[in-house]
Amino acid sequence: MDACIRALLLANPWVIGTFPAYMQGMFADYEVGGFFDEMFDSAGRVRPHYAKLLDQFSEMEPAEFERKNALAEHSYLSQGITFTVYSGDEGTERIFPFDLIPRIVPADEWAHIERGLAQRLTALNMFLHDVYHEQHIIKEGIVPGEIVRSAKHFRPEFMGFDVPKNIYIHICGTDLIRDGDGRYLVLEDNGRCPSGVSYLLENRQAMKRVFPGLFSRNSVRPVDRYPQELLAVLRHIAPNDKPDPTIAVLSPGIFNSAYFEHSFLAREMGIEIVVGADLIVQNQRVYMKTTHGLKQVDVIYRRIDDDFLDPLVFRKDSVLGVPGLVDAYRAGNVSLANTIGTGVADDKVTYYYVPQMIKFYLAEDPILPNVDTFLSAVDSDRKYILDNIEQLVVKSANESGGYGMLIGPHGTKEQIEKFRQAIINDPRGYVAQPVIQLSRSPSFCGGAIEGRHIDLRPYVLCGEKISIVPGGLTRVAMNKGSLVVNSSQGGGSKDTWVLDADSE
Amino acid sequence: MLSRVADSCYWLSRYIERAETNARLLSVNMSLMLDLEDAGEGSVREHWEPVLASLEDQELFGTLFDHIDGESVREFVTFEKKNPNSIISCVSGARENARTVREQISSAMWEHINKLYLYLRSEKARSDYRNTPHDFYRSVIDGSHLFQGITDATMTHGEGWLFIQVGKFLERADSTSRVLDLKYHTLLPMGERVGGNVDLTQWMAVLRSCSALEAYLKIRVGHVAAWEVAEFLILHPTFPRSIRYSVDHMDRAIHRISGSGISAFHNEPERLSGMLRSSLDYATVESIFETGLHQYLDRTQLRLIEIADKLSKTYCEWLDESVEPVG
Repeated sequence: MDACIRALLLANPWVIGTFPAYMQGMFADYEVGGFFDEMFDSAGRVRPHYAKLLDQFSEMEPAEFERKNALAEHSYLSQGITFTVYSGDEGTERIFPFDLIPRIVPADEWAHIERGLAQRLTALNMFLHDVYHEQHIIKEGIVPGEIVRSAKHFRPEFMGFDVPKNIYIHICGTDLIRDGDGRYLVLEDNGRCPSGVSYLLENRQAMKRVFPGLFSRNSVRPVDRYPQELLAVLRHIAPNDKPDPTIAVLSPGIFNSAYFEHSFLAREMGIEIVVGADLIVQNQRVYMKTTHGLKQVDVIYRRIDDDFLDPLVFRKDSVLGVPGLVDAYRAGNVSLANTIGTGVADDKVTYYYVPQMIKFYLAEDPILPNVDTFLSAVDSDRKYILDNIEQLVVKSANESGGYGMLIGPHGTKEQIEKFRQAIINDPRGYVAQPVIQLSRSPSFCGGAIEGRHIDLRPYVLCGEKISIVPGGLTRVAMNKGSLVVNSSQGGGSKDTWVLDADSE
Repeated sequence: MLSRVADSCYWLSRYIERAETNARLLSVNMSLMLDLEDAGEGSVREHWEPVLASLEDQELFGTLFDHIDGESVREFVTFEKKNPNSIISCVSGARENARTVREQISSAMWEHINKLYLYLRSEKARSDYRNTPHDFYRSVIDGSHLFQGITDATMTHGEGWLFIQVGKFLERADSTSRVLDLKYHTLLPMGERVGGNVDLTQWMAVLRSCSALEAYLKIRVGHVAAWEVAEFLILHPTFPRSIRYSVDHMDRAIHRISGSGISAFHNEPERLSGMLRSSLDYATVESIFETGLHQYLDRTQLRLIEIADKLSKTYCEWLDESVEPVG
């Protein structure tokens, strides 16, 4: 403890009260603007965990920052970390906007987040086992059976089916936000095929290239072990504990916007990336088509939704999937990560019940609270939603990527009316939440540093144990005033630094 | 290795090699035009048509351009996206294939192909092409050489690398035979005799198109003659762009894929490539000219096509036929 304090004093002379660091240099004109700001408090004083960074960055000229920015962009472009925008007959490749100012999470905040995420994923996995078996939680009246049965991604075909090692969600991307008081809240769980982790890793690489000196001085915890941890999870679920399982990433193919990520993870794990056409099922076993004949695959990290996995079982028109895959999975000859049917747990109506799940299965209080949520399926809530729709965020229960969402205060009359009707027609299909003024972080936008709203998506892995690489993907709503951070809606991202406990 | 991956390694390599050949062909033909004393419309046409003929692209060219001149042929072979064999199409094709096997090749390889692609799509490439065309083609050629160097230095010399070698040498053998055949399509101007100045210039251009002039002159001590150029480009055992050398290395790579000995065969591509290799080992330039140079080159190209076809059938059969699941 003494050592910690000493280190803190040595590194940050201002915190002992001799001179508090205010906004300076490039940050001189920065405005906190009445939001919870990650870097400065409401009086404009730098938060202690950002002090070193402020020191290092404030010496920099905007022109130098501009140059660094170009360098980072160039490195994404030359590595082909791009998505394609089509206009006319020709596609143009763009990079996802990357912001150079990192988001810093101090060690104690991270410890809190980590505990909360582990608790939450434990409960979600217990919930999934329960709804596909005895359904205690329904019988006890905690979650209405109707909610589960009507969930779009509930797979009654898998009732009573035992999944390997009893793990349903192996990879969970949980979106966290901070409210006006800086409290971390869970906005949603992504328990099907969460994407974005390659950006977490590449953002770190880009930062290291652009600011080589920054990391050691700030004691930032490394993130690069993620692929190895993911591989350990995939090995853990191999059928019959096969000692040296063949593992593959199943991707929809190069036209998928996340293909870069699929290929990145395969490369980092040293496993094959396959598309549906590379696989074939014979005698309830899955094989890869190789130059030396067929080779059996034991574990598939699939980045294809349930619906497209197997045209014999789910969508008949799917050309991405593998006929017979589900049969092989049922026979226990191949394991899937995540398992089939996890979508019932990340349904936005199910979300409402997660705090109760935590109490029910773990007899604990939730460490990370939900955002207040109203269910339009509940009569009293629905009345409240319809009366206050202009002040609420309305979300479709099963959409992701920022689609199917209304931000009341920003909505047009037509949009609001459309959602009102949609709620009345399909009460099960929507939830509403108050507008949360997400926390802001200084971001480099158009030559100056301005506050932009951010969220945080850590990636939680569940294998032998739960592990979380320190940090996550911090997404930034690059458009001024916007609260939508999704990449499909003009969002960018920035590097996320979790500091070592000893450094503070 | 996945059949699809093998296929992509093979094609990405062929495309890079093809882009290089095209760049050299255009660059050499441009300089050749400068050497021509009479550059009237007829002779311009006579000098650019063979380029199209050797690439077997005349028909498509005719649908896109009105008349044959340096500018249109260069545009067609360099930037025309509708031409599947243009430099830009080849590099795009190489990149698409590289993208699908990104996790199999090294990052350095991918980044290099990607850079070459981005360059060709850039304004700078266009202005280089206009202002300093030789430098422009030089950068494409350098791009290919760099890719080969990076590949050899950063990728495990395993199965994927072997497929890259097969693609490279098969394409190279084919290219050299086409460039040599170019001379067949090039008419000598009226009054010019075989062995005369123009004939000589044309043969030297053929050598240049294969980066072979310097190597050739060292061996033949400055003597350029049709017979000997053909012998050099077809039969030289160690010049890296001769047909024999290319087929020899293609054959070795093909045999190494299955692990069978060089003098035996276990499948059709090994048998056919072994036969082509040994026929080159024991050929003489006299016998080639007896057959007729053009006919000989044509036949060689057909044999290469057959090897390519059998390779794909042997190693990538899964991709073509959908096998019905059993049980």
